[in-house]
Amino acid sequence: MQAFKAETPGFVTDTAGLQCLFDVLADEGYRVVGPTLRDDAIVYGDIDGVTDLPSGWTDRQAPGRYALERRQDNALFGYAVGPHSWKKFLFPPIETLWSAHRGADGAMSVTVPERPADKFAFVGVRSCEIHAMAVQDKVFGEGAYVDAAYAARRSDAFIVAVNCAEPGGTCFCVSMETGPRAAEGFDLALTELIDAGEPMFLVETGSEAGRRILEQVPHAAATAAQAEAAMTVSERAAAQMGRSLDTSGIKELLQSNPEHSRWDDVAARCLSCANCTMVCPTCFCSTVEDHSDLTGQNAERVRKWDSCFTMDFSYIHGGSVRASGSARYRQWMTHKLANWIDQFGTSGCVGCGRCVTWCPVGIDLTEEVAAIRAVPDEGRSR
Amino acid sequence: MGTEVLKDPFVPEIYRVESVRRELADAVTLELAPVSGKRPDFRPGQFNMLYAFGVGEVAISMSVSAHEGPGFVHTVRNAGAVSGALARLEPGSTLGVRGPFGTGWPVAEAEGRDVLIVAGGLGLAPLRPAIQEVLAHRERFGRVTILVGCRSPSEILYQHDLEQWKQRLDVNVEVTVDHAGTDWHGNVGFVTTLIPRSPFDPANVVAMVCGPEVMMRFAATGLQKGGVPASSIYLSMERNMKCAIGLCGHCQFGPAFICKDGPVLPLDRIAGLLTVQEV
Repeated sequence: MQAFKAETPGFVTDTAGLQCLFDVLADEGYRVVGPTLRDDAIVYGDIDGVTDLPSGWTDRQAPGRYALERRQDNALFGYAVGPHSWKKFLFPPIETLWSAHRGADGAMSVTVPERPADKFAFVGVRSCEIHAMAVQDKVFGEGAYVDAAYAARRSDAFIVAVNCAEPGGTCFCVSMETGPRAAEGFDLALTELIDAGEPMFLVETGSEAGRRILEQVPHAAATAAQAEAAMTVSERAAAQMGRSLDTSGIKELLQSNPEHSRWDDVAARCLSCANCTMVCPTCFCSTVEDHSDLTGQNAERVRKWDSCFTMDFSYIHGGSVRASGSARYRQWMTHKLANWIDQFGTSGCVGCGRCVTWCPVGIDLTEEVAAIRAVPDEGRSR
Repeated sequence: MGTEVLKDPFVPEIYRVESVRRELADAVTLELAPVSGKRPDFRPGQFNMLYAFGVGEVAISMSVSAHEGPGFVHTVRNAGAVSGALARLEPGSTLGVRGPFGTGWPVAEAEGRDVLIVAGGLGLAPLRPAIQEVLAHRERFGRVTILVGCRSPSEILYQHDLEQWKQRLDVNVEVTVDHAGTDWHGNVGFVTTLIPRSPFDPANVVAMVCGPEVMMRFAATGLQKGGVPASSIYLSMERNMKCAIGLCGHCQFGPAFICKDGPVLPLDRIAGLLTVQEV
């Protein structure tokens, strides 16, 4: 069993303290975003306070399945991750990059629109999601070209992590070494401890900003027993992973098997619906749409999330390069688990399980990797 | 490249069309000059993203060396909505330009070695700046061979340049067509058939290849059969491209982003994937 040890005993606060944290963050100019119930799912949206959190709810997840259930207690964070990830705030699904105008003389000019200067406070960020943000930081912020809007939103963001107590049935963060306990990348980290059915929180600070905010929130020093109880929460969570993925040599395994018959097998089940890429917290692909207004004098360029599962994605004159479903699934999974390591020095997968849960036909990438691993170096399938 | 830190790489600069030259039935060459400021420097083989107002953007390589003039020169084939709009531009009209992007041909690395240029169809366009830079410093290179293949005589690009290069005694130029009528007296057959009878030392040559992917695949095979190591063979790859700065994910070819790791890539980096379908 994975064992955790607290660096410092930390602090404790209760539901009233959590409400105070929300208020302090709002007063400091943050747009506070966190988990909330909508459309029978736990999603991320603007929240005013503790009452907006999914109190007493949990989720049941399996390949292709997601359902909410009442809990026996009033836990505020007693569930795993839902269909949303924080990327929708840091990397908006639709963003106008610039607009162009054609003057009376026909000459073109370009202007960049003012972007809303949202300073986000993310509350309830899981360890896998902190790792997902770090993955997108490498993509958008650390290459030769930087997405300045992303980088600004990211550096302004205040992260309140919550250590998972109940991993979902599709979780495998332990395999990806991305959880369940948040080690870094947060301003504050909470571990929810249920005391007589009511939540209280062990609080750790991870940054100067976190310490400064916590000073304005009622809290007490944690006892050794409370700190130990928090570690037990993480140890139990680590032992309850719904899935596992053997990552040993995974880059070489996938890169050396582009013609494996499993790609056709999975393509026969895959709907190419792109759900996996939309829910993935690291998938970063985008397209642009150029359009003009009815006068023909004004045009704009809009960036939108895109998916390697569409035919258009690989279109060049003459047709789509990846015309078959097997080529598209191969691209997605090989990129995520193998090529990403060459490109960014890290796996593109954080083991959050969203692609497994939200696949309408329940394709489980851990199973797909295992199938290739079981019969590697297979000859040409086509 | 990427040195102007303050410039937003998503936002195009405005350029004016200085001249339009019809090259083929469906291809024109546009000479572009910045409306304000100076054209950035670039290397042979690099490309720009050209934006046609309200229609969209496409990746097009520069087809004249940076040393030959103050602007950007692009040869554009009318192959879709955006390239069609670009091909219809008239002198004086404006368009958006982002760039230069990507890797270039290994011209400096080829100094002291034989140079073999293999072009298929419009693939001669991205290679012309490399040819111009080699010929501008001809004494720095060994034997220079230019092999050009086209579908038919009417599709031979830059005939004027080819004639001029042919007249030089220090360049070996061969043109071949896939199909020709009785009025064609030159070579007939795929460009790859010219490789075995070209004068170069396989152990000391740099081959620069650009054309349709299937042609490059055959050329790469032919060159390797002739003893040229994969690390000396360079291809210019093409994939769908939206951002050109490594952020949109569209142009991936295995682990490589064609926009920033390419478009010019040494064969030893991509050989394993070149023979796989639908990468």
